[in-house]
Amino acid sequence: MPQSFWGGVAFIAQKYGSLFLSGAASTLLLAVVGTAAGFLIGLLIAIVRTIPVRNTDSFFKRAGLKVLRGIFIAYIELFRSTPMMVQAVVIYYGVFPTVSADYALYVGMFIISINTGAYMAEIVRGGVLSVDKGQTEGALSIGMTHWQTMTSVVLPQAIRNILPSIGNEFVVNIKDSSVLSVISVAEVFFTAKSAAGTYMRFFESFVIACAVYFVMTFTVTRLLLWLERRMDGPKHYTIHGSQTVPEGEIKVREEAE
Amino acid sequence: MGSVIEVRHLQKTFGGHQVLKDIDFSAAGGEVVCIIGASGSGKSTLLRCINLLETPSGGEILFHGESVLTPGFSLSKYRAKVGMVFQQFNLFNNMTALENCIIGQVKVLGRSREEAEKTARMYLDKVGMEQYVSARPHQLSGGQKQRVAIARALAMDPEVLLFDEPTSALDPEMVGEVLKVMRDLATTGLTMLVVTHEMAFARDVAHRVCFMDGGVILEQGAPEVIFNAPKHQRTREFLARILDK
Repeated sequence: MPQSFWGGVAFIAQKYGSLFLSGAASTLLLAVVGTAAGFLIGLLIAIVRTIPVRNTDSFFKRAGLKVLRGIFIAYIELFRSTPMMVQAVVIYYGVFPTVSADYALYVGMFIISINTGAYMAEIVRGGVLSVDKGQTEGALSIGMTHWQTMTSVVLPQAIRNILPSIGNEFVVNIKDSSVLSVISVAEVFFTAKSAAGTYMRFFESFVIACAVYFVMTFTVTRLLLWLERRMDGPKHYTIHGSQTVPEGEIKVREEAE
Repeated sequence: MGSVIEVRHLQKTFGGHQVLKDIDFSAAGGEVVCIIGASGSGKSTLLRCINLLETPSGGEILFHGESVLTPGFSLSKYRAKVGMVFQQFNLFNNMTALENCIIGQVKVLGRSREEAEKTARMYLDKVGMEQYVSARPHQLSGGQKQRVAIARALAMDPEVLLFDEPTSALDPEMVGEVLKVMRDLATTGLTMLVVTHEMAFARDVAHRVCFMDGGVILEQGAPEVIFNAPKHQRTREFLARILDK
């Protein structure tokens, strides 16, 4: 075991390299599943919460929606007001006491998903509020249902507006999945801790963990920026035909912002 | 001909404010009715109630004699038959002009994409927007947006079109292009209810003009009667103010 700092880093990287890699895979899996599932939860809650209620609707529809809304609010407040680390312990030992540690990763995916869902529900709600009410009225006025209005018109625009916040959640999830080490999910932090414990070299082990986290988050933020630009669609359009040449095409290009 | 749309004792209250007091109104098939009146007299609310974008507080709305307020009435089918053109256009910002005119046909009427695109192109051609099929709403001028919005409503093959101040948000030079499209439509047998401040349009195109004031239809009749010999003092004052400027 070399005594110098860089020597220590190289040594641990060599001994624990493959474990760090599989730890990174677990971290990434937790973040991707958590963000994606949380996003879906957020979308569904937003769709149900925005169902219009009329006084001509049946009692059951009105009561059912009221109960659902109460459940959503309780869920959102409960999961936003307690730390994910505590949620992890409570759920793992309270709800899945018979599940062996081999399956801790799956329990971890479940926890990070419902935790993210609570935040996403609010983020998506903000996105829906950011879309002009006229968009909904335009869709309703040609006979589209609430579901069609939301999925074809409102949510695509809302999602574009909240993409930066979704990216935030993704980055937060990459890093905060480290708290799942309390239920012994073998992600990056957990791996660094065991490396540090084995060789009694904490600084070196966690510097490696830092590097692994940084590479993952930086890559993800670049990807998200690219996705945002893609979602804005083409910056040009074509005018088909002109007064003199019916089959002519004029390409109109917008100035870059 | 029987009435396509009939409104009986319609009332609408927002909070403590009664916007529509007791509206009785009907429109026959193919009729072009202009609704005029001062801001706040309830014109837009009346149209929005007919399309059920607002739920009436009282009264009845009948479409071909059938109440649209009965539970279980298919709102979706009704709205496909009774289209609406808005002051603020309300084109879908995430779609091109062509997609704007296709989506309702596919999702609501269940047409195939090819058929929907053909119909969409036909109506975009009719409103003079065929060159701009691939443009998105933010790339179009106000008048162009409103013409696409009219094409979107027409693509659903509606029986009735409601126009809620379709030219009020437009620059003066663009008002003409939209009114021209509407004048052409008025001759096709489409039932049109038009809330407007364009008195020349009402005078030349409408079969009947309704003057609304304080949440009621104060008087209605043929345009020449309303414009040349209004019975009520309020109507005279309103027309004097709006025609004088």
